[in-house]
Amino acid sequence: MLEVLNSIWSVFTAILQFTWLYDGVAYLVENVFQLSMDSNLGSSVHFFIYDVIKILILLSIMIFIISYIRSYFPPERTKKILEKLGGIKGNIMASLLGTVTPFCSCSSVPIFIGFVESGVNLGMTFSFLITSPLINQGAIVVLLAAFGWRVAVLYIMMGVVIGIIGGIVIGKLGLEDQVEGYVYEMKTGDGEIETLTRKERIDYAVTEVKNIVSHVWVYLLIGIGIGAAIHGWAPEEILTQYAGPGNPFAVLVGVAIGIPLYADVIGTIPIAEALIGKGMGMGTALSFMMSVAAMSIPAMILLRKVIKPKLLAIFVAITGFSIVLVGYVFNFILH
Amino acid sequence: MKIEILGTGCKKCKKLEENAKEAIQSAGIEATVEKVEDMKTIMEYGVMSTPGLVIDGKVKSTGKVLKPEEIKKLL
Repeated sequence: MLEVLNSIWSVFTAILQFTWLYDGVAYLVENVFQLSMDSNLGSSVHFFIYDVIKILILLSIMIFIISYIRSYFPPERTKKILEKLGGIKGNIMASLLGTVTPFCSCSSVPIFIGFVESGVNLGMTFSFLITSPLINQGAIVVLLAAFGWRVAVLYIMMGVVIGIIGGIVIGKLGLEDQVEGYVYEMKTGDGEIETLTRKERIDYAVTEVKNIVSHVWVYLLIGIGIGAAIHGWAPEEILTQYAGPGNPFAVLVGVAIGIPLYADVIGTIPIAEALIGKGMGMGTALSFMMSVAAMSIPAMILLRKVIKPKLLAIFVAITGFSIVLVGYVFNFILH
Repeated sequence: MKIEILGTGCKKCKKLEENAKEAIQSAGIEATVEKVEDMKTIMEYGVMSTPGLVIDGKVKSTGKVLKPEEIKKLL
């Protein structure tokens, strides 16, 4: 399995030979901008241009592929699959489907109501709601670009596990009374599930590429800009000392900052990439990114419409706790 | 003809509303466009991914911002 993935990855990178890009940008920096690659400014400018082009290329290709796959899993179909399941198997399935069902935080309320109303239990609903934003297609792409497939796969696996465990715990706590009453009174119609032609799936994937790229490029530029500055100037010794894998509090601080932060997770990845290059623990950076992806104030305000504050707090606590745990595991495995 | 745009007011829903109006205009059809933000009505249509497009009470698309030409075909 490992060898197969490795060879797929090497073919992938060979096709996209980013060394040409790296060298090309280096040439540009040295000969056109007249900056030495060894200077702070030179290496920052190089990091910025190289990263922007590389990530935009990867983002477009991968979002196309992922969206094509996702067109097979509209939430209405996911609901139909989950309705029949229960127990831990249900949580596993809900979490796995959370990775492939297209999700935007503005849909979290109708998805929540649709699931609960059709008899999907609360634990499974949360398994889905935790995993879905964590495994965000853009974030996976940028993780791939920045850290390679191993870290990306590890991130996906951790996300799925957090969803499964979070959902099981919430299910066991018996918090059905913490759902706003009107949710149970809703009647949901049986919407038809569209069957798409191949052309429609391709159209959908192309539209997704356009939508996502046009939405995230600002965050990406800001993120890569900050990353480039860190790359050129941040003091390595201090970062290693305070944010390195040796400091057990770094993960906690990272997650505490990440939860309320409203940023696109895609923008945080180049920052994390640069910080890791300067000695920050990989787990610390990944758990920070996960907390940005899984929780934000606007997403919580939306969820508050369907669940009472107590359940919302439990959801944040369990997810936050799991993400902290993942941070420690990553720091342990990867260093 | 009655067109309803289902959605709780995100950017995509507004875009779909604009596109629907454009489609009606270019098709030269008499039709009303109404935005439905009430969760209860949205759920009654069985729509879980917004924005949704409903024409004369039938769900025509969900979770997508259709282009004006695509809406025109549905009219």
